[in-house]
Amino acid sequence: MYRYDEFDQTFVRQRVAQFRDQVARRLSGDLSEEEFKPLRLMNGLYLQLHAYMLRVAIPYGTFCSRQMRQLADISRHYDRGYGHFTTRQNIQFNWVKLDEVPDILAALAEVEMHAIQTSGNCIRNVTADPFAGAAADEIEDARIWCEIIRQWSTLHPEFSFLPRKFKISVNGAIEDRAALRVHDIGLQLKQNDTGEIGFEVMVGGGQGRTPMIAKSIRSFLPKEELLSYLESILRVYNLLGRRDNKYKARIKILVHDLGAETLANMVEREWQQLREGYVNLPDSELARIACYFAPPDLEDAAETDNGLDRARRANGQFESWLEHNVNAHKQPGYAIVTISLKPEGGVPGDIDADQMEVVADLAQRFSHDELRATYQQNLVLPHVRKRDLHVVWRLLAAHGLSTANHGLISDIIACPGMDYCSLATARSIPVAQSISQRFNDLTRQKNIGDLRLNISGCINACGHHHVGHIGILGLEKNGAENYQITLGGRSDRSAAIGEIIGPAFSAEKIADAVETVIDTYLDLRQPGERFVDAYARLGRGPFKERLYATH
Amino acid sequence: MPLIKNGAITDDPWQFPAEDGPMPETGSVAVSLTQWQREKAVLLARSTPLGLLLTGNDSLDNIVPNITAYDLIAFVFPTFQDGRPYSMARLLRERYGYTGELRATGDVSRDQFLFMYRCGFDAFAVSAGNVIEDWLRAVSEISIWYQPTNDPRSALTTLRHKLHALE
Ligand code: SF4
Repeated sequence: MYRYDEFDQTFVRQRVAQFRDQVARRLSGDLSEEEFKPLRLMNGLYLQLHAYMLRVAIPYGTFCSRQMRQLADISRHYDRGYGHFTTRQNIQFNWVKLDEVPDILAALAEVEMHAIQTSGNCIRNVTADPFAGAAADEIEDARIWCEIIRQWSTLHPEFSFLPRKFKISVNGAIEDRAALRVHDIGLQLKQNDTGEIGFEVMVGGGQGRTPMIAKSIRSFLPKEELLSYLESILRVYNLLGRRDNKYKARIKILVHDLGAETLANMVEREWQQLREGYVNLPDSELARIACYFAPPDLEDAAETDNGLDRARRANGQFESWLEHNVNAHKQPGYAIVTISLKPEGGVPGDIDADQMEVVADLAQRFSHDELRATYQQNLVLPHVRKRDLHVVWRLLAAHGLSTANHGLISDIIACPGMDYCSLATARSIPVAQSISQRFNDLTRQKNIGDLRLNISGCINACGHHHVGHIGILGLEKNGAENYQITLGGRSDRSAAIGEIIGPAFSAEKIADAVETVIDTYLDLRQPGERFVDAYARLGRGPFKERLYATH
Repeated sequence: MPLIKNGAITDDPWQFPAEDGPMPETGSVAVSLTQWQREKAVLLARSTPLGLLLTGNDSLDNIVPNITAYDLIAFVFPTFQDGRPYSMARLLRERYGYTGELRATGDVSRDQFLFMYRCGFDAFAVSAGNVIEDWLRAVSEISIWYQPTNDPRSALTTLRHKLHALE
């Protein structure tokens, strides 16, 4: 993974000192909260319902054991002993104190981390396929480009006061595990007819109150020219994006209002001028960065079994975990392990300090010191020898981290909702907990099969409900929380926005309603048909009928 | 309102006549784009320096044709959140070769100075509370830059490149 050089290190230290000064000015009253707000947001600091929340960047979800241990320490010293992984591959601390934040940032800088641009109307922390560098279906490691984008976008002088926040995601594999099509810019690495590698560029995806799927504006961009092209898109957006209404300020609205083709032409025109004389990254710099992402020193082991099969047969729980939480690695003899942060009845994405240390140890001992945070609020050990899988599983199991539900109905994405968030209209965590308890039987979950259930506590859609196969949106009506269901959403290559199925359900009824949806699917599915495919075939009708039949 | 230019407090020689007010007989004047378009001939006939007072709403297409006529281009930031002048400043400097004074005025505070400076602004009309020391501190708080711009200080890619060349 990328390591800071002396320049990067100086930069984050200066940034900490700068923020320390800004906090001091706030505490002394030199800065009003209004003046301070944009400054703290640019350092990932929010004011929530009960306390300040600090969102720490894990650029493109890649980190190491030393960093994870530091996060554990920070959670013990400055928070309540736990952290929360988000859908943007970041980690949030929910109970920090303002005067201690500069010290937290200094502790992060010690391990080459920061909280820069995890908030505010700027280019946010860039995200990627959590299996990058390990996936069997990979074209090129997306993280090289993510790091280049991270550096380019850091305190970009021109793009730090955009109309609204701006999210970029990069995918280097065939399968889209990075939800490209619901990002402001989605970059898909691909090979063209002549064998060159470049990007397909998609623009204008997003969720919130006006969910949209990104449109492709360039089918092939030579990769050396990535930054000048990104700069052109951002410039067009910075100049033309709406600033009069924050709900209409994202680039998706500009794409929608102008039409993708017009926008593509404007970007192209700007790019033709900008690329003249643009200082592309020198090859030496590209090579320097790429070097950090060279594949780890994996054994050239032929697929030696070493008792894996015996252990699998002997233990049904281990077998289930292998089936759901272990994915194919590009190197034979290795596997990608997903650590579910969705135990039965738990808070999706939460992890306590002891567990963080266990995961750090496992990464160090069994995964070339690499860890990933995922869009689905789980963690990944990307390079585990198959023959170590059993011992990894046992150690995870000993610390409540072996839930074998990756990709199943209880692998729920949920935003913090009313329990923390000042914008929430309803709670989302208790709903996630009740659904995970309702479907606690793993055999039943396996029978239901591949399913994404996503929950948001308000229309801002941080819980990605629009792209859940089953989406749940928490609303408030006459002082009571109620929950709207959408069906058929997805964030993969065939991304789609879920359809609202009908009137909302009360907090007490929502788990029943989900169960009805699932029962309908089980009754009507064809052999081997996933929920989302069955929904595409059947449409809203049968689900709606069953859900509202008794009302 | 104090004016900071080239790292020092400077007297402001510019006059900004009101949209419908009389044009000062002598001295440097900066006008809106509407005034400019209305009185272009009269303005060009003067022998004193001319400038423009713009907002993010103005289009550069209307400015570029006469760009050599201006010694000052000032952008008003109605709120610090208006990020358009940053792009416009870079375009003026880097694409259209504007070399006159580029001034930021309006909701301008020391925490934006650094971004503005790197986009090509070289003059800042600040509210009285801001002192020069703050400004000098603000532009030196961060010394590492990842993006090449018109800023005379080297961007990181160049520094790294030099370092590699030495090795
Ligand atoms: S979706 Fe709404 S409630 Fe949930 S985190 Fe986002 S803003 Fe808060």
